[in-house]
Amino acid sequence: MERTAIRRRLTWQAGTVTEVRAETASARTVVLDVPDWPGHLAGQHLDVRLTAPDGYQASRSYSIASAWSGSGTGPGIGTTVELTVEQVPGGEVSPYLVDVIRPGDPLEVRGPVGGWFVWKPEQEGPIQLIGGGSGVVPLMAMLRAHAAAASTTPARLLYSVRRPEAVIYVSDLKELAASDDIEVTFAYTREAPPGEQRAPARIDAGLLASVTFQPEDAPTTYVCGPTPFVETVADLLVAAGHDPARIRTERFG
Amino acid sequence: MGIVSPGFTGRRGAGSDLPPGQYLTHEFPVLSAGPTPHVRHEHWELTVANETGEVTRWDWKALTALPSEKITKDLHCVTRWSKLGTEWKGVSLDVLLADVETGADFVMVHSYGGYTTNLPLEDLLDGQAWIAYEYDGEPLHPEHGGPARLLVPHLYLWKSAKWVRGLVLSDSEDLGFWETAGYHEYGDPWKEQRYAGD
Repeated sequence: MERTAIRRRLTWQAGTVTEVRAETASARTVVLDVPDWPGHLAGQHLDVRLTAPDGYQASRSYSIASAWSGSGTGPGIGTTVELTVEQVPGGEVSPYLVDVIRPGDPLEVRGPVGGWFVWKPEQEGPIQLIGGGSGVVPLMAMLRAHAAAASTTPARLLYSVRRPEAVIYVSDLKELAASDDIEVTFAYTREAPPGEQRAPARIDAGLLASVTFQPEDAPTTYVCGPTPFVETVADLLVAAGHDPARIRTERFG
Repeated sequence: MGIVSPGFTGRRGAGSDLPPGQYLTHEFPVLSAGPTPHVRHEHWELTVANETGEVTRWDWKALTALPSEKITKDLHCVTRWSKLGTEWKGVSLDVLLADVETGADFVMVHSYGGYTTNLPLEDLLDGQAWIAYEYDGEPLHPEHGGPARLLVPHLYLWKSAKWVRGLVLSDSEDLGFWETAGYHEYGDPWKEQRYAGD
């Protein structure tokens, strides 16, 4: 495993919600302006901290959905951070971010964190992104970084999702997929849209062989989603001959 | 106290036996940076190298022939979940290091799959750390670090390296995988040492 050196003290920073967007029935994108945001790499996450009037606090980590445009070139650019949050039933922080928070509200954040599950435009070789459910969020940040950098690195996203209405970023993904360098494949697991040739099913070796980069393409592969999903996909990739050292995973739940 | 979040009251009820910022889970979440290595017992080996380069080895048979202990400990993950009263079986590092000649202060732990993490040697001694190979009465599942993992329950769980294969003793402190990526070099949950500089 290669190493990246990102060590500096992280402090809590005050952000302000500037926009909220419904992505699906249970997922929402929260757009923040964080004046002192130091910038981030696609794939990193941040901690969100909520404080009740009596001082009680709760914090959780969320993947950053937005690409950062590098050094600021205009008002606001470089200080905007987007989070896409899927509501966890019985959760403590996600229901607040999905149902309660409004534009104008403050939100404290700390980050960015994580230097492994990241993509940098200067990185060599094709990128294969494989996401399950809201595991698409950090992968979307990578596709957005790819677009922002006008990268010609071949990139493919395989997005496993229960049904069409559960797709997060549907219009953004269609727009990105129109690029010559990005391919997007949806793998519906419960219900496919009309006209879809593949019957609803989980990702299997056959699908990976037909729509993802092959071991000889030497991609860096990023797999993100619930643990059973990541475990299955990563095992299939290793069995297909991919170098485990080029497979990066991020799991939740 | 931070900036008050309008409309937030919190779920509470975490309990006083949790370190600050942690919540209780009854699940056993899995967090790792890459695919799960599947290491067969007959290929498994643990080595300890001291600061002069002298190496001590144990194969699976030798490890499991050593005196083992049952261990019941709380686990605290830097991603904020805590799991209480987990039950393990393993070999104390006091046993493994008893005959290793060393004056080193630091250890770099290496795993199958390439993961590394650093600790002070004193945190592995005096009944604080084990090479664990059973969880809840069963052989340790590969997802959770089987065949064997380091278990250092008093530090955040990323220090308890899964798929452990070697300890390298050193006079100077180097940084491991997550420590190089911005996490704390020590990782005391009770002091919330999550990230560098905490």
